[in-house]
Amino acid sequence: MKFQQIDQFAAELKADTRAAVYDGSKKGHEKRTKLLFDEFPDPNHLRRVAGKIKQHVVENLDTYLPAVEAKMKANGVQVHWAATADAANAAVLGIMRARGATKIVKAKTMVSEETELAHFLEKEGIETLETDLGEFIVQIDHDHPSHIVKPIIHKNRREIARSFEREGLGAYNDDPETITRRARTFLRHKYLEADVGLTGANFVSVESGRIVLVTNEGNSRFCLAATKCHIAMIGIEKLVPRDYDLGLLLNLLARSGTAQEVTVYTEFISGPKSAAQPDGPEEMHVIFVDNGRTEVLASECRDILRCIRCGACLNVCPVYRQASGHAYRSVYPGPVGAVLSPLLMGEKFAEKADLPKASSLCGACNEVCPVNIPIPDLLLRLRNKAKEENIPSPGTPPMGAWALLASQPTAWRAALWGGKAINYLPTNLLPIPALRAWEAKRTLPAWRGGEFRKWMKGRARTPGASAKTT
Amino acid sequence: MSDDRESILSRVRGALAPLRERAAMPDYTTEIAVMRNLLAGRDALAVFSERIKRVNGIALTDPAALVEKLRAGGWLHGYCDPALWPTLAPHFGEGFKVETVFDRTRVDDYAFGITRAAGAIAETGTVILDDVTTSSRLAALAPWVHVAVVNRAQIFSDLPQAVAALGADSNVIWCTGPSKTADVEGILIEGVHGPGVQIALVVD
Repeated sequence: MKFQQIDQFAAELKADTRAAVYDGSKKGHEKRTKLLFDEFPDPNHLRRVAGKIKQHVVENLDTYLPAVEAKMKANGVQVHWAATADAANAAVLGIMRARGATKIVKAKTMVSEETELAHFLEKEGIETLETDLGEFIVQIDHDHPSHIVKPIIHKNRREIARSFEREGLGAYNDDPETITRRARTFLRHKYLEADVGLTGANFVSVESGRIVLVTNEGNSRFCLAATKCHIAMIGIEKLVPRDYDLGLLLNLLARSGTAQEVTVYTEFISGPKSAAQPDGPEEMHVIFVDNGRTEVLASECRDILRCIRCGACLNVCPVYRQASGHAYRSVYPGPVGAVLSPLLMGEKFAEKADLPKASSLCGACNEVCPVNIPIPDLLLRLRNKAKEENIPSPGTPPMGAWALLASQPTAWRAALWGGKAINYLPTNLLPIPALRAWEAKRTLPAWRGGEFRKWMKGRARTPGASAKTT
Repeated sequence: MSDDRESILSRVRGALAPLRERAAMPDYTTEIAVMRNLLAGRDALAVFSERIKRVNGIALTDPAALVEKLRAGGWLHGYCDPALWPTLAPHFGEGFKVETVFDRTRVDDYAFGITRAAGAIAETGTVILDDVTTSSRLAALAPWVHVAVVNRAQIFSDLPQAVAALGADSNVIWCTGPSKTADVEGILIEGVHGPGVQIALVVD
């Protein structure tokens, strides 16, 4: 029997990697919970309000997008639109060619991961450098990020030290502080040599046209202090109606993402540098990128467009913790990725239709989501979509016999009674591969078929019982 | 790319057209996101000093203490905003070399940079820099130590208040403690691309 792809990947994962991902995500989740619940009497209220704000934006993009474009233009920003990944990359290249620019420094942006911008620019002869420490390491290793916020959660210090040695960044040394200092020394001169600084945006205020960037390392600030041209690549769903709403959303983003009250650097950028300021971009471009988002908007899963890319759902997810980010074969791993990645595939949905099935629907992702996205519901809708489109599902046991049994009360009762036989059968010898695979690592609990029904019957007769059920 | 604009906007309109109702903007106040217990009845400077310490930043109120700190760290060569230097110079004694023009070809020469802040946020221990008050973005970022000179009257109590005061400046940045990363095995390292030491000198 074939396993689901994500199961297969998880089964073959190195123990080191699994441990790194598990520890990193668990720690992230515990710190977040403590911070939110220590400081606010009802953090869930914050999440619900933030979810409503973002849902409102998503459902009113037809008015907000032209409005923010007009505001940005009034602020002196050049606004571009890109329907596809290729168009977005071409827009960046076009801006660079027009300036005669040959070097670009990049801060972390998920949308540029979608478009594989760095790869594209390098092929075009542009010197392209990732400046976020984790992304820099991913780049020199020709690897892919495996977490939205912590791109190298899957790597340990020894692997990184070997990469630095290989790249001529000093003799092998796996002390994290030494690794960080070496990157600092190397990268600061690269910023100063670069022509263009590229960033994404965490939020864009329609009211003021400001883009908001949050970082901890200060790399995006360095991009915007050292270069003369700023390009921001932004997904069309990043808008918030007013500056006022940032007061709530920034609070939630930092707490949910990295368990901070606020990130070290929070930048509010509404245009090129002021006249008196000696450093920074004289020219600012914004590229609004669709790349499949309008299709998500047209689907029954448009709620996923609320996402503010904090990574909290990855950290809490039992599947992510065991399988790691690369198991999702997508830019967006974890629960958010299981919804977003297949949808962003557009007509090639089938290629990633297995991802929504890699979930126990435990609901933890929904409970931690700062914008309260009902991820389990969306996963179910996508499972349904796959079923309706007759997309094969390798690794899923055939359910036909079960369905037949479950729809006939008499047969069901008989099966529950007859099921007791399983307590006496040598189940590890049965010719059912799925059962054998399952039993290889676990013990089958004793059969207690029918107990629940008995309990239910007794409960219904107890006076007042219905008042207790919720 | 004007074609792309039209195609994106028409697809957005098409996607939203079937919705019978659009989600309404919630009526709320950002007061729900303020750490009121922390702030209630307390002096903004006291809270700010406590909170900046929590993110490994340093708050000082005496220029002499600043000079002491720089000397103790061995940070003797630096940059100071020319507008601040006349008042700070008398506190700097022998052994310091302070420039009032930041030369980007020698970024590694400067161990510290002193610039004016546009304000601060008590709740989070944040200093606020903007383009008009910051004499050089690079000088406030590249040296190992950044000293932000904060006017005591410009300490906002909380984050929503600071958002309301963003004003017309095209570039505002909130800095909360030293630059940091936890990318390598989740271990906290300070001083990644920006300052490893963040000091706020609060003056009246």
